[in-house]
Amino acid sequence: MNMSVSIADAGLMARAARVATIAAKHADAVDAAGRFPREAVDAMIAERLLGIQIARSHGGEDADFSKIAELCSILGQACAASAMVFAMHHIKLSSLVQHGSESAWHTAFMRRVADEQLLLGSATTEGGIGGNLRNSICAITVKDGVCHLEKDATVISYGDYADAILITSRSNPEAASSDQVMTVFLKEQYTLEKTHVWDTLGMRGTCSDGFLFKGTAPAEQIFPKPFAEIAAQSMLAASHLLWSGVWHGIAADAVSRAQAFVRAAARKSPGAMPPGALRLAELSNMLQTLRSNVVAGLKAYEDAKDDPDKLASMGFSVAMNGVKICSSEMILPIVNHAMLICGIMGYKNGTPFSLGRHLRDAHSAQLMISNDRILSNMSTMLLVHKLDTSLLG
Amino acid sequence: MNETIRGLVTKFGGLPVAVDQIADDADLYSAGLSSFASVQLMLGLEDAFDVEFPDTLLNRKSFSSINAIAATLTQILDKRDVA
Ligand SMILES: Cc1cc2nc3c(=O)[nH]c(=O)nc-3n(C[C@H](O)[C@H](O)[C@H](O)COP(=O)(O)OP(=O)(O)OC[C@H]3O[C@@H](n4cnc5c(N)ncnc54)[C@H](O)[C@@H]3O)c2cc1C
Repeated sequence: MNMSVSIADAGLMARAARVATIAAKHADAVDAAGRFPREAVDAMIAERLLGIQIARSHGGEDADFSKIAELCSILGQACAASAMVFAMHHIKLSSLVQHGSESAWHTAFMRRVADEQLLLGSATTEGGIGGNLRNSICAITVKDGVCHLEKDATVISYGDYADAILITSRSNPEAASSDQVMTVFLKEQYTLEKTHVWDTLGMRGTCSDGFLFKGTAPAEQIFPKPFAEIAAQSMLAASHLLWSGVWHGIAADAVSRAQAFVRAAARKSPGAMPPGALRLAELSNMLQTLRSNVVAGLKAYEDAKDDPDKLASMGFSVAMNGVKICSSEMILPIVNHAMLICGIMGYKNGTPFSLGRHLRDAHSAQLMISNDRILSNMSTMLLVHKLDTSLLG
Repeated sequence: MNETIRGLVTKFGGLPVAVDQIADDADLYSAGLSSFASVQLMLGLEDAFDVEFPDTLLNRKSFSSINAIAATLTQILDKRDVA
């Protein structure tokens, strides 16, 4: 097995680092006000990071998931909400990149996303369904080449700021709840009536308000592939890997703050081992476990991505779900451990070692498609799927 | 074989429509087969045909219609006959 995961190229990293500097500057204000991270997203647009996943032939840069996950982590170290906006945009874009080339409309739209740096939002969650994204209550109707959809979309991150929303529904009013399609609606083709305000513990800057969505568009904007295939072949892996990139970023920044705290203590009393030093060693191991988990997931995706059967297999699905469970669970003890090291300086807001925002943001990870729901899907699959017991896979 | 499969789809599929209304090549997922029911169906098939599905065949496509299930089973049974 080839263990190398492609490393983000220096140019891309430098662009992301410039965005991160801006995101970091506004992170506390974005969090406190629960406002959209406008400055960071404008910087992503200025650095043209919103189209990098698209093929060069369509105006993009052919960036793969490993590179994008690395960018999510870089941004996550600065401002988790900005990083999550970036990740969610690229999760939606992955559906377009991997399933859109079969349709002229979606291909042309992809080019527009790259040219105009359009921001894509997502509406899978629905009132009465929750995070069970493979079922819908709402149904799209098609008449004379025009489609219409109304959805009680209880969570749409940056809904007010997106240039287009990719939204799931049943494929027609008679369809079973699992017979779904996904449709692209452009901003001028829908209205959003706010039903819930996103006033949350963390991830406040994602502005994930609830809306009653009403959209009308040409029917060619419905993805030709069933959503079941899109979910299995691009969304599952993209979500779990890119979210994990963001969460790694939160954890890594918490670790850096704890290390800075220990190093400052060491400089203050030369010759004596600072009290937090042993915990810092433990913390570094915890971060390594988290990173290994994400890297193994990225590697598993690289191995499977050109084989639709492998992507659709239970083994792959179990592996991606495992990545999500592990990273979302690991980040909490990591931030907590960092807080033990920094003590009151970590607990307080406004110090160089503050970890309150990290801890609050990190708490969203287990709920973002509930881990209980994911574990219950995994347990179903494990009734027939036999686990791979080899070391290298 | 298709009749046995139909019997098992009736028993485990939990479909909102009667199984005899579903064509051999119709998509079972579109007909309402949930992932939980599909796994129950796989276990039922393993039991009835005395087989174990290898991981390479554990994907949506292998169980997407009555014909697809028959083809998946045939593939395993043929291999066994050769061995
Ligand atoms: C920061 C953030 C941004 C988000 N952005 C978006 C977005 O842009 N678009 C979007 O569509 N959604 C978005 N979501 C929503 C997210 O994808 C999930 O749908 C949502 O978090 C699930 O909400 P829920 O806990 O109410 O629902 P449910 O999934 O219904 O879960 C509720 C509880 O029920 C239990 N439960 C439910 N089903 C099962 C089961 N089968 N097995 C075991 N336990 C079960 C779980 O314990 C869970 O805690 C976002 C969420 C977060 C945190």
